[in-house]
Amino acid sequence: MAELLTRPVTHDRSLLPLQVQDLTVRYDGTTALQALTFRLAAGARVAVVGPNGAGKTTLLKVLAGAMRPSSGSVAVYGHKPGGHVCIAYVPQRSQVDWVFPVTVAEVVMMGRIRRIGLFRFPRRADWGVVDRALERIGMAPHKGMRIGELSGGQQQRVFLAQALAQEAELILLDEPLTGLDLPSQEAIFSLLDELKEQGIPVMVATHDLNLAAERFDPILLINRRLVAIGPARAVLTREHLKETYGDHIHLLPETEGMLVLTDTCCEGGEEGG
Amino acid sequence: MSAALAWLLDPLEYAFMARGLVAALIVGVTCPILGTYVVLRGMAFLGDALAHIMLPGVVIAFLLGWPLPLGALVVGVAAALSIGALTRGRRIREDAAIGVVFAGAFALGIALLSLQRSYAVDLAHILFGNLLGVSNADLVLAGGLGLMVVLVVAAFYKEFLVLSFDPVLATTLRLPVGFLQNLLLVLIALVIVASIQAVGVALVLAMLVTPASAAYLLARRLPMMMALASGIGALSGIIGLYLSFYWNIASGPAIVLVETALFLLIFLLAPGRGAFAAWARRRETGVAN
Repeated sequence: MAELLTRPVTHDRSLLPLQVQDLTVRYDGTTALQALTFRLAAGARVAVVGPNGAGKTTLLKVLAGAMRPSSGSVAVYGHKPGGHVCIAYVPQRSQVDWVFPVTVAEVVMMGRIRRIGLFRFPRRADWGVVDRALERIGMAPHKGMRIGELSGGQQQRVFLAQALAQEAELILLDEPLTGLDLPSQEAIFSLLDELKEQGIPVMVATHDLNLAAERFDPILLINRRLVAIGPARAVLTREHLKETYGDHIHLLPETEGMLVLTDTCCEGGEEGG
Repeated sequence: MSAALAWLLDPLEYAFMARGLVAALIVGVTCPILGTYVVLRGMAFLGDALAHIMLPGVVIAFLLGWPLPLGALVVGVAAALSIGALTRGRRIREDAAIGVVFAGAFALGIALLSLQRSYAVDLAHILFGNLLGVSNADLVLAGGLGLMVVLVVAAFYKEFLVLSFDPVLATTLRLPVGFLQNLLLVLIALVIVASIQAVGVALVLAMLVTPASAAYLLARRLPMMMALASGIGALSGIIGLYLSFYWNIASGPAIVLVETALFLLIFLLAPGRGAFAAWARRRETGVAN
């Protein structure tokens, strides 16, 4: 109850958006993340890359404040994640209840409920924010539809609109690009460009090394511990990839750069990791 | 026309029928509203357990001559909170823990009741309700509880919506998830208490789950699902009571049977999501191929 009445932390945007120090997470007797240390600058667009069970989802959940670290610290704009309502976390599509009777506009409005406050209903200004968020991501025509009626890419865009309506200042996306149609991918990337201009950092967990190399900077390569962080050229080296994926990767030399084949796949298996 | 009207109005000249009708309406409207959350969050087993756990409370109140809902209220709220506590710890699986408490409490209630000479009749009333034995005090209590529950649901509507749809979002928005979860359990316990007199411990589950499941097949949005579920619940209450009066069926089971019939009808015929619509779609695509 008390949480509903206290004012959430307001951000000092001059501070670093994200600082992670010696972050370790253990649960059910295994170590999911081991002594991660890194920081993000304003407007960074980070790809979190690693095999199944590398701890990508765990990392995002801890940064979102949905899981507690066993040791180490996370500072979002100088504060622990627990006090913020400005961190948006979009789970993998398989984690969402798609048959729930709720419309697109209502899902987006959910991002605002802390701003609206207890015992109040959304006002016209709040619906205005929702409409603009849906327009920015090209989903305005679908606002009255049930979420179950949308395609996978459209569903993903609805959750991004929710993050916008939340006025999030750190956005964490878990596998948002897996199996998306091209228009949805393009809509998401053009939104990510806008967010970069606004200085809002976005972290995206992905399996797709090519996409990470082409569209993200920096790349955060993890396998329970931090292997490397930096621009693609420096991070996606033969040594780093071998270290991260072990035998589950085949590196073929090419004239330009390198061809990478991984046999990790896209859905499931992430929850435990 | 006048014969039909007489058919409808004659029973209400008996005060017990009029009170029964009001009770059926109160239960029919309020239970399905909470039932909507029970259905959407997959808590049917928990709801059933909660109802059965209240038996010892009801029996003790009965033996002491207190109003039955009072005993149920005390035990129900305590059980709702302790189930909340049990499910947070992960030492044993949630459904197993609920099953243990559920069966133990139910056995205790029946053991206490078996000490009485009028055991069989009392047990039947407690298990399956006795709508026609509702007193004015019972009505006031059920009405008060129902009104309170509806007001709390309205007050926390946004928060319950997020909690039900996306618990992780509730956490990242820093909603007090534990508090809201317990509040929801207590509200479910309260509507069960309000319904025990009408449909009994064993059949309350139907009031929670059946109208809400039927409404789920028809509604696009949660408020619509709640409204439809309440409508189905109220209608079933009225029809069931008349069936009970004219055919001499026990009132609780009569209401539940009407609900079940309405559910089956909607399950088969609901536009878009009913069994018939699904069959028609399959057939159409089969022809197209």
